[in-house]
Order: sequence, then structure tokens, then C-alpha cells
Amino acid sequence: MTKMRPIGYIVGIIGIAVTAVVFILPFAFILLTAMKPKQEANLLQFSWPTEIQLWQNIVDVVQARDFMLIIAFINSTILTVASVTLMVIFGAMIAYVLQRRKSWINPWINGLVLAGLIIPPAVVPTIWVMQTLGIFKTLPGLILIEVAFGLSFTVLMMRAFISTIPKEIDEAAIVDGAGPMRLFFQVILPLLRGVIVTVVVVQSVFVFNDFQNPLYFLPGDKNATVQLTLFNFQSQFNTSYNLLFTNILLITIPPLIMYIFFQRQIVAGMTSGAVKG
Amino acid sequence: MNFKKHGIAAIAIAAAAALSACSAGSLGSSDDDTTSGGAAAEKIELSFLVDNTETSQMTAQAIADGFMAENDDVEITIESRPGGADGDNIVKTKLATGEMNDIFMYNSGSLLQALDPTNQLVDLSSEEFMSRVDEAFLPSVSSGDKVFGVPFGQAMAGGILYNRSVYDDLGLEVPTTWDEFMANNEKIKAAGIDPVIQSFGDTWTSQLFILADFHNVTQAQSDWAEKYTANQAKYVDEPAIKGFQRLEEVATAGYMNEDYATAKLDQALTKLVNGEGAHYPMLTFVVNTYVTLADDAAENIGFFAQPGDDAATNGLTAWTPAGIYLPATTEGEELEAAKRFLDYVATPEACDAQTEAVTPTGPYMVQGCTLPDDLPQAVLDLQSYFDEGKASPALEFVSPVKGPNLEKITVEVGSGIRSAADGAKLYDQDVEKQAQQLGLEGW
Amino acid sequence: MSASTASTTPAAPPSPPAAKPRISPVHIDKTYPMWFYVPGGLVFLILFIVPTVLSFYYAFTRWTLFDATFVGFDNFVTFFSEPGLIGSLVNTLIYAFVTSGSKVVLGMALAVVLVQHIWARGYLRSLTFFPVLVSAVGVGLTFQVLLNPTDGLVNAALGAVGIDGPRWLVDPDIALLTVAAIDVWKGIGLATLIYIAGLVAIPQEYYEAARVDGASAWDIFRTIMLPLSFPATSTVIILSLIGGLRSFDLIWTTTQGGPGFASDVIASVIYKQYQAGFYGLSTAGNVVLFIVVTAIIYPLSRWLNSKEVVL
Repeated sequence: MTKMRPIGYIVGIIGIAVTAVVFILPFAFILLTAMKPKQEANLLQFSWPTEIQLWQNIVDVVQARDFMLIIAFINSTILTVASVTLMVIFGAMIAYVLQRRKSWINPWINGLVLAGLIIPPAVVPTIWVMQTLGIFKTLPGLILIEVAFGLSFTVLMMRAFISTIPKEIDEAAIVDGAGPMRLFFQVILPLLRGVIVTVVVVQSVFVFNDFQNPLYFLPGDKNATVQLTLFNFQSQFNTSYNLLFTNILLITIPPLIMYIFFQRQIVAGMTSGAVKG
Repeated sequence: MNFKKHGIAAIAIAAAAALSACSAGSLGSSDDDTTSGGAAAEKIELSFLVDNTETSQMTAQAIADGFMAENDDVEITIESRPGGADGDNIVKTKLATGEMNDIFMYNSGSLLQALDPTNQLVDLSSEEFMSRVDEAFLPSVSSGDKVFGVPFGQAMAGGILYNRSVYDDLGLEVPTTWDEFMANNEKIKAAGIDPVIQSFGDTWTSQLFILADFHNVTQAQSDWAEKYTANQAKYVDEPAIKGFQRLEEVATAGYMNEDYATAKLDQALTKLVNGEGAHYPMLTFVVNTYVTLADDAAENIGFFAQPGDDAATNGLTAWTPAGIYLPATTEGEELEAAKRFLDYVATPEACDAQTEAVTPTGPYMVQGCTLPDDLPQAVLDLQSYFDEGKASPALEFVSPVKGPNLEKITVEVGSGIRSAADGAKLYDQDVEKQAQQLGLEGW
Repeated sequence: MSASTASTTPAAPPSPPAAKPRISPVHIDKTYPMWFYVPGGLVFLILFIVPTVLSFYYAFTRWTLFDATFVGFDNFVTFFSEPGLIGSLVNTLIYAFVTSGSKVVLGMALAVVLVQHIWARGYLRSLTFFPVLVSAVGVGLTFQVLLNPTDGLVNAALGAVGIDGPRWLVDPDIALLTVAAIDVWKGIGLATLIYIAGLVAIPQEYYEAARVDGASAWDIFRTIMLPLSFPATSTVIILSLIGGLRSFDLIWTTTQGGPGFASDVIASVIYKQYQAGFYGLSTAGNVVLFIVVTAIIYPLSRWLNSKEVVL
């Protein structure tokens, strides 16, 4: 599997042809609409723009509401980095003990993990709790909310993958005199690199694209996150589709770049994850 | 492997730093340039929550600027929120958790009643400035003998926008009865133009034939709304079922544009302005949207009330403006400053400031306010109904009962999936659930 | 977390000594300490479980957010007498099984292709993941345009080869399946990613051994990839099924449950009740949905877990 065989090229070319139709066309529509003047864009047609004003649209979107998009990018980045970091560490710790240690508590935790995936959060009671703790309308509060809502997914993913790490590794480390912290952070976590990257990617997308939670738990134009900027160009009675799609484009590209970077890490995980089974 | 240890430490530090960092906040354009004045530190800061439509934002900014020009001790910042049902939930959530902004703008009528105004809002009935607010507006912002708001923007109407050059070319006259309307439609269709534009791509636009028919309902039975609230009148019966039947009639006659099922509001307005379609049942606040679509749109698009059975009772269904309210959580010097702001909003100067910012789409509801002469034709048309007193408030201003699924049902009736009678029946069931939720008597 | 390249030879387990030391109970407590549950568990308990339990009380009240009147089981009665409830329940099941089934199968197929050394692999991986990143609003609008029955690109293409395209999102009979297809388009990248993570975790030695034995590509897939990526498969099944049963955001941005009520699922019915301000009723609906989803997912999850142990 080290050298690319001819079949690799053929499959690649077929793949490109199929994805071109299935994935590029919708993307092309988003791009085309982002290039159009308002009136033309509002006709919502798949057509070449009569007049290309992509740059003007980008400027309009970035400048709207006192550069709200830039503020939103900063907020979303802080929110995403902090909450995903905590989520991954907390989630991995839970998943690790849950997978390794058979205990009376396991079915309960499994149940809670599923509950976290199944039950939609209750907005108003959550605000009450946050008010009691004094973390409502604060960024740390919102970060913890994202952690709480994202933990189930993280645990589910991690638990499945920890099961692929042989227990012998733990035992060997113990024999070497490693404590639980060292065992977990220095031995187990590195082995989980592939799944960690996956979880980071997936959860970053969720948090970055979330708008319900910021809308309710950290209200205010100054606290806007990127998805909330879409509301600037879309209202019930008047939508500027060109700016809306330009905005969609602008907020999609950074995570896409992040993904392109991280997916290399998953490939890298292929070699580093090659531990004995 | 040592790197790992530092890596973890670095992450922990990064997380802690992120947790303690406050959010990015403003990049410093609007906040700073206004606080550069000498007495900046003394200013009372008020936050004003407004929905995110362009007209609302511009209107709010205009009155805030007008007020601050005269009151340099107060600083008002506008905060935006989504409109529609999302917006309703945000407003309710903010009020219920005691986190509402100092001042907020919200619908009048039945939506306001759902905010529990008696407990949640500041009663303004004893304020001197309320005497300058048009009496017709007061019922839609009152509960019992308490009054809660001053008008934001202008009144508007629901009815039929029409393309005047199509009418001129075909020699048609503005209809005053439903039969005349349908006769016009037939001629328009014969001329190869879509008689009635529908845009079920934005589902809420499908309700207009029912909502705008309400003047006709009250003309047929003056106490209908009262009986409706008391569970004694129904949409399945005359006269209210007429609205559903009219929608069905237009649909089955094939008078709608071919892409009615997918078209959106903006596309529908484009068709109307281009003359691809002749009629569009709509609310008049879209005037500001369509005037930008063509140079002649302002003069070329007219408005008439949805015709009923009898030309003698022809008139329009009116929507009162949204209101500006103060939550009970606004207190002390903020409350005093906020009341001064409302005082200003209820003056002709504030109306003029709004007119300058946004083309009015109907009459103001503050005494002494006037409209400019160079208004779009549709606004002039609807103004004449108000001037002649041929207007009734829409159902949502006279009854708290409104089912959430009307727009789904009207899409079905308009698409031929459900008959008018079935649709009306289903809507009556839908309403029942809502009335029970409101805890109304008789349900 | 960007580990040093030194980790290419991670602490390989020393060849097991003759007497394999099983971890004793004391060691278990030391090695896998219970307090590892605490940091995450605390956040989850306080910010998720407590509000959720509080909210369940409101399922038994008429709740305006401002005050709540206890009404017993009235909300449940109202919820079950919702005219379109049966229809939306059926829709929910169809939607969930169609979308999760497709994601499980297609995601696996894509992942198997995308872990091979094929040309433009990075590009293809990024492309299939791209829809995951686009906001539901953008996806909804885009497909409304592409699937427009009169002048949409899809029907134009079908028309060019002589097929009279269906009315997609506005045909009550196929609107739900159309949305399901869009959901698969949007979510397939996620399933593929999880599968890729699962497949690359399979040690290379297995492939090498299989190749030495002269196994065909199909054999490798059947005997190595499929069973050894089982953790990924079970994760994808659980996640996409829960997602499918609960999902409504894409339904909301494409059809809003329409035309009329044709593509309503339970979650969108509940959402509409919430939007209408029926907070108690929608909470009751959520309790019902929770029970329905749990009834399907819990046994499935137990079963998948037990399979995992056997491996």
C-alpha cells in the first residue's frame, strides 16, 4: 500500500467525477450567488452572474454592523478552542475509566451518555441554573454549556476507540511504575490520536456552527458568534441572498482549512496508530 | 515523550486563559466615538432590543439618534434579535429570566398578550405622553386598564398589491367585490399574465387571503371576534370560511403562477414589479422592499383591500404598529431616562425622524404626525381607506386566539392538497389547542 | 496535542513476560481512578441533568414561561391527540432509518475508498466533508434552488435526457425522502470521517499478513476491515440513528415540515409547538420523544456493546 497502483488513479478519477456532480454543484451555487448583485441573487437562479461583485459583497459582509463578523470570528474561535479542549480531556477521562473498569456505575453512565445525546436541552431551566451560579451571559458559562452538551458524543466516540487499545499496554506501564495520570496522559492519550483528531474536528464543527446556545445563553450583539451573523442578511421580510451566501462562504472557509489540515493528521495517525493489537 | 507533559500543561493554560478572557466585544467603532465627549462617564446607558429587519433597525436608529441629540446625558445602543418565532422565544426567555434589555420593541396585539404584560412590563397609563398616542392604538397594547407601549413605525394593511400598468393595459378597474376581482383575473389570464402571485416558498405569505379577509368578516358579523374568543364562532362557518374558499377558488381556477409552490417573497415581488403577475396578496410593509426592484415600482404598484361580497362594505384589514415597551426590570435612573425616550417617540419630531430614515408604509399613530406627499402609490391607496374610515383591525388585535399552523393549512388549501372546508375545520382544531394553552374560558 | 514524530514508535508493549500480571483490584482503583469521572460529570450534571429534570416537571404544567399551572397529564393527552401525530411518527421512523442506513453503508464505502492510496485523496476527503461545515440554512436554500421543479438544475438535467423530473420538495409524496437524501448528502462526511478513523486504527500487520496469505481485496474487506472497524460502525449507527430520530433542522430549512404537514417528524411538531409558545406541551412532547428514542436506541446500544466485547 505504499505505492500508488494504477487502480488508484482510476478510482480517484471516478471519485472526482462523481463528487464533482454531487458535491461541487451545490458549492458552485453558493459561490455564484455570493458573486451576484442583490436583485439578481434574490431571483435564486443557478446562473452565471451578469456582473461579478464578489469583492464588494465580501466588503459589505465584513463591514456590516460595525464589523460584527470579525468580532464573531474572535468569539467563535475562543469558544471553540476552549470548549473542545475541555470536552476532549474530560470526555477521554470518562471514556477511559468507563471502558476499562467494570463497575456497578457503568450502566448508569452509559444511560446518561445516551440521555445526553437524545434529550434536547431545556433552555429556560438551564438559564436559571446558570443565573444561580453567576455564569449566565458570560463566555466561560457558554463554554461550559458547550462542554456539557458535547460530552456525550465525545464519550461515545472515545469509548469505542479505547476498546481497540490492548489492556496489556496499561499493564506494562503499571509494571514500569506509572501512576494513573501518567498512564492516561502519556500513554493512552497519544495512542488515541486518531480518534482525538476526529473528535476535535467533529466537535469544532458543532460548536463553531452552533447558534441556538449562543443566542440564548450569551445574548448581545457584542457576543455574537459566526452563525448569528447570518441573521444580519436574513429576516422574515427581506433577505439579501447575495450577502447571505457570501457570509456562508466566509464562515465556512476557515473550518474547511482547519479540516484540510487535520485530515492530514488522521492520515498520520495511520502510522503512529500502528500499535500491536 | 517529555513533550507530552508540556503539551498537556500548555493546553490547560490555554483553556484557562480562554476561560478568563472576556469575549471579543466591540472592535471599537460605535462605542468609542460617542464616548469621546467630556461628560461621557456620566451618561446613562440604555440598551434597546429591536428585531433584525432592516426597516426596524433603521427606524430604531433614527429615533435613538433624534432622542440623543436632545438628551446628551443618555446613550442608547441598539441590539438586534431575530424576527419571527425565534424572536418571540428570545423575548419571552429574556423576560422570564429577568434579562430583558432596558427598552424593547415587540408586536402589539395577541403576541404582546402572550408576554404576561401585567406582571412583566411597566404600566404607562399614568404617563402624560400616552395622551398623544392615537386612541386606536391603545387597545392593542393594553391589558385591563393598564397600557404598556408607544407605537414604533406605522400602521399597515393586508390586502392586494397590484400592477397598475397591467390594469391600464387591459382597461381594468379596481374591484370592490370578489366577483369583480375574479372577473379581472379571468381577463388577466386571457392576456397571458399570471393573475395572482403566490409564494409558498415563504409559507407565511400563504395566509393573506384569510387574514386580509377579516374586514369582510366583521362587516358580516360585527361581534365575530368576541364570539370567536369565547369559542362560539368558528372558521368552518360563514362568514369566516369565505377566506379559505377564496384561496381555494383562486387555486382551482388556475390563476396562480406556475412556481407558486416554491417561489419566495422576493421572487414574488419581482414578478409583480415586472408585470409577470398582476395581483399579490400581501402586507404593505413590503413596500420598502419592492421600491428598490425597479425605478417605476413606487408609482406602478398600487393597493386595494381584499374585496368581499358587498361593494358597500368594502374596506381594508389593518395592522397596528409594533410597540416600544419597558420591562419591569428597568428601574431607577434607567427607568426615568427610558420614559423620557418614550415621551420623545410619541412626538411628531420622532415621526419625522422615522420618515426620513425609512419610507413610511402607512399612517403614524401619534397625534400631530403627518406623512409626506411623495409616497409610493400603494401607501397613498391604503391611506385613503384610513381617511374614509373604511378599516378594521386584523383579528390578531381583537382576539388572542391564533393557531400556529394556519400557514401550513393555507399552503395545503392553496396547493389543492386539502379542501377549503377541511382546511377550515383543521384550523379550528389547531386553534382549540392554542386557546386551551392560553387558559381561555369556554374552551 | 500535535505529538512529536518520535511517537511513530510508541511505547510498544514489551513482550509479555511468562507470568502475565493481571491487574489486581487494588491496582484497578489506582489505575482507573473513579475521580476521572468527576470533572466532566460535574459539568454534565449541573448544566444538563439538573435543568433537564427541572424541565420535566413542566411537562405536567401549562407553562407560559412566566407562570406554570399544574395540569397533570393534560399535555400528554393533547400531544397524543395532535391530528398529524401518527403521520409524523411514521415519518420519523422512515426518516431515521433511511438516513442512518444510507450513512452507515455509503459512509463505509466512501471511507474504504478514501483510505486507499488513490489520486487526489486529500481533495476528495475535503470535498465530502465540506457539506458538514455548511450551515443548514445555506444547504436548505441551495437545494430548494437546485431541486426547483420548474427551473431547477436537477430537473433540467433530467429533462435533457428525457426524464420528467418529480416535484421533489413540494410533492407531498416524496418531500420527506427528498429531505432524507439531502440529509445524507450533508451528513455523509461525518460518517466517513468516523469510519476513516476506525479503519486507520487497524494495525497494518493484519493487512500484511492477509496479503502474504494471498487474500483478495474483498477478503480483506470482509475479514479485516469490516470486523475490526466495528467500534466505528457501532458509533456511526448510534449517532446517525439518534440524529435521524431527533433531527429536524434540515427539514425545517427545506420544507418546514411541508408542504402542509407532509414531511413533519415528531421533532418538528414539537419545535412548532415550542415556537407557538406552548412550552409545557412541547416539553411533554420531548418526554415522549425521549421515551421513543430510548426504546429504540437503548437495546440497540446494549446489543452493539455486547458484540464489541466478543471481538
